[in-house]
Amino acid sequence: MMDLYDSQRSMRNMRKIAMQRGVVAILDVGSSKIAALVLRFDGSAKVGDDGDIGALAGQSGFRVIGAATTRSRGVHFGEITAMQEAERAIRTALQAAQKMAGIRVDHVIACFAGAEPRSYGLDAQIQLDGQVVTEDDVARVMSQCDVPDYGGGREVLHAQPVNFALDHRSGLSDPRGQLGNELSIDMHMLTVDAAAVHHVAHCIKRCDLELAGIASSAYVSGVSTLVEDEQELGSACIDMGGGATSISIFIKKHMIFADSVRMGGDHVTSDISLGLQVPTANAERIKTFYGGVHATGMDDREMIDIGGDTGDYEHDRRTASRAELIGIMRPRVEEILEEVRARLDAAGFDHLPSQQIVLTGGGSQIPGLDGLASKILGHQVRLGRPLRVHGLPQAATGPSFASAVGLSLLAAHPQDEWWDFDVPADRYPARSLRHAVKWFRDNW
Amino acid sequence: MQPLNHSPQTPRLDPAPSRWSWRLQRLMLTPVFRVGLRVGLPFVLTFGIGLSYLSNPVRQNAISDVIVNTRASIQERPEFMVSLLAIDGAGTDLAEDIRRNLPIDFPVSSFDLDLEQMREAVMLLSPVAEASLRIRPGGVLQVDVVPRVPVVVWRSYSSLSLIDENGAHVAYVSFRSDRADLPLIAGEGANEHVDEAMELIRTAQPLGNRLRGVVRMGARRWDIVLDRDQRILLPTTGAVTALERVIALEGAQDVLSRDVARIDMRLSGRPTVKMNDDATQELWRIRQLPENGQ
Repeated sequence: MMDLYDSQRSMRNMRKIAMQRGVVAILDVGSSKIAALVLRFDGSAKVGDDGDIGALAGQSGFRVIGAATTRSRGVHFGEITAMQEAERAIRTALQAAQKMAGIRVDHVIACFAGAEPRSYGLDAQIQLDGQVVTEDDVARVMSQCDVPDYGGGREVLHAQPVNFALDHRSGLSDPRGQLGNELSIDMHMLTVDAAAVHHVAHCIKRCDLELAGIASSAYVSGVSTLVEDEQELGSACIDMGGGATSISIFIKKHMIFADSVRMGGDHVTSDISLGLQVPTANAERIKTFYGGVHATGMDDREMIDIGGDTGDYEHDRRTASRAELIGIMRPRVEEILEEVRARLDAAGFDHLPSQQIVLTGGGSQIPGLDGLASKILGHQVRLGRPLRVHGLPQAATGPSFASAVGLSLLAAHPQDEWWDFDVPADRYPARSLRHAVKWFRDNW
Repeated sequence: MQPLNHSPQTPRLDPAPSRWSWRLQRLMLTPVFRVGLRVGLPFVLTFGIGLSYLSNPVRQNAISDVIVNTRASIQERPEFMVSLLAIDGAGTDLAEDIRRNLPIDFPVSSFDLDLEQMREAVMLLSPVAEASLRIRPGGVLQVDVVPRVPVVVWRSYSSLSLIDENGAHVAYVSFRSDRADLPLIAGEGANEHVDEAMELIRTAQPLGNRLRGVVRMGARRWDIVLDRDQRILLPTTGAVTALERVIALEGAQDVLSRDVARIDMRLSGRPTVKMNDDATQELWRIRQLPENGQ
């Protein structure tokens, strides 16, 4: 268990170095676009004397000084499928962001949507040595967790302690220093395909950059899009991206479930392309300008030039009514939402006290989607946009930047993960120097 | 049918930077590298080019020639030339000596004159008490001299010299009569106590021209020498007081006018008078006369 997290620990060290330097790049590797932000940390996120965290919910510790987007190449279903192409796309986005920032960036925090995330709930309980819960006890109870066999070729992306319970008191966020006899913990672990992680790491390494962290896009979209009470009371964030639709469920400000549906906006585009016999670029344009999911009588009369570039006059002057377009789009969108519904049901979302659903991502901009979604997913559906952050250009404030913004927030205020805690003392090799140092530090 | 405005175009180029252009951009965004490029590179270039240009000995000579010529052309302008030596405050002989001691080939540039060193040379002359040199407008080297004033003539074993009030040597004289206006002192170490001698000479004014001079005896005390080989022996301390007592005796009893060889005042409690042989014989003869004292 210890060496499993070595890479995660080394990424945490990188992140620490990046914080000291004050500049870090955020990279959202998506299927339709790659977004890069450059953040500068100025350390102004201190809580005031009167406990006032100020505007922007205390997120003012950083500022976006560079932002760039590029059409992504070599990424499908949120996973890198062509290394060279993806590497070039990443380089394009980062170069433009760096140029805008005017600062050399050496550390990158990346997120991606696909790679078949799977959630596991872990729990463990131990008897305390003394009456008081110490840091060592916390580390011990975490290491006691019964880790399921998640299969070879997969890697743990997140492993977050969600809840601590001491005897019969549950819902503790920080049990240290409290009195009790039995400490138990609930953890949420997210594993993804190891190859996808390695591909991202390799691409970033090829750009002479250091990877300072990696996160699931489902998680960071939820961080940026869900407001505080939604995160507290229970809600699901559905990030409808280009190649994958990722789902995350939050309660008590912790993610407890994440999943991903391998369908997204690109499938809608390819449906249009097939249905109207037009190139993909045209189909994308038609979807963006005229797309919708609710046909009205007016839409039968609104004719769209679907065009073409063949030189054949008849072929290039074709038109389609908007109702036809909607007729093509709607089944696919419904299919995606049905699939999301199935995943939410499997996760037991309907047992949560509040069942708010927030739609975000580029796909959520289809007009009328909220009406369709509330029919399939339930009544409490809203369209979410990411939180405002300092210095973000207007062009990058839309729902399609939810995961990039969420990753910025996570970079400024990281969630404690398993590997952020001390390794319990009994897991050190006997007679090691660190063991002696720790004994001295604990006893003197 | 192809559209007419459709130019046969190459596929749109990938906007991605190449690995090398990406590295170059990152390098150019590195602060240290930028400073090096802005400051270090021009410095190294300038320094290197200058160094390689100046390392040629022919060019070095040419540059030093230009510097020397420019210097000379400025220094030898008529405004800076000195062509005359003017000496103030010195007599003819002293002026001649000064001219001899300052070997300057006029005209000379004022940049080549070392005034301090020339002043040292003038000060080396014994008759000069104080000297100052400056270059006056009009190309004149002005020497202002304060000469030493001789106050006594000092007769030593070998020579006869003039001495100022501090005992410093001024000049030699051949004969005493050359400076008959100055009093005479003699004896070993007399020149180091000129002020005492002058005090004694002033005190001895009432003796008029009977005073021949004062003599330093054994480098510690003074004798007053009068004509007719008379001497007044003064003590080491309180010489002036002793001399005043002798003068008072002279005024009251005409001691010095009598046939006396010396008056010894070295013991203040017991002034002693030594008479000449003739006077002594006469005194004895008078004492032996039977009528004497009747």
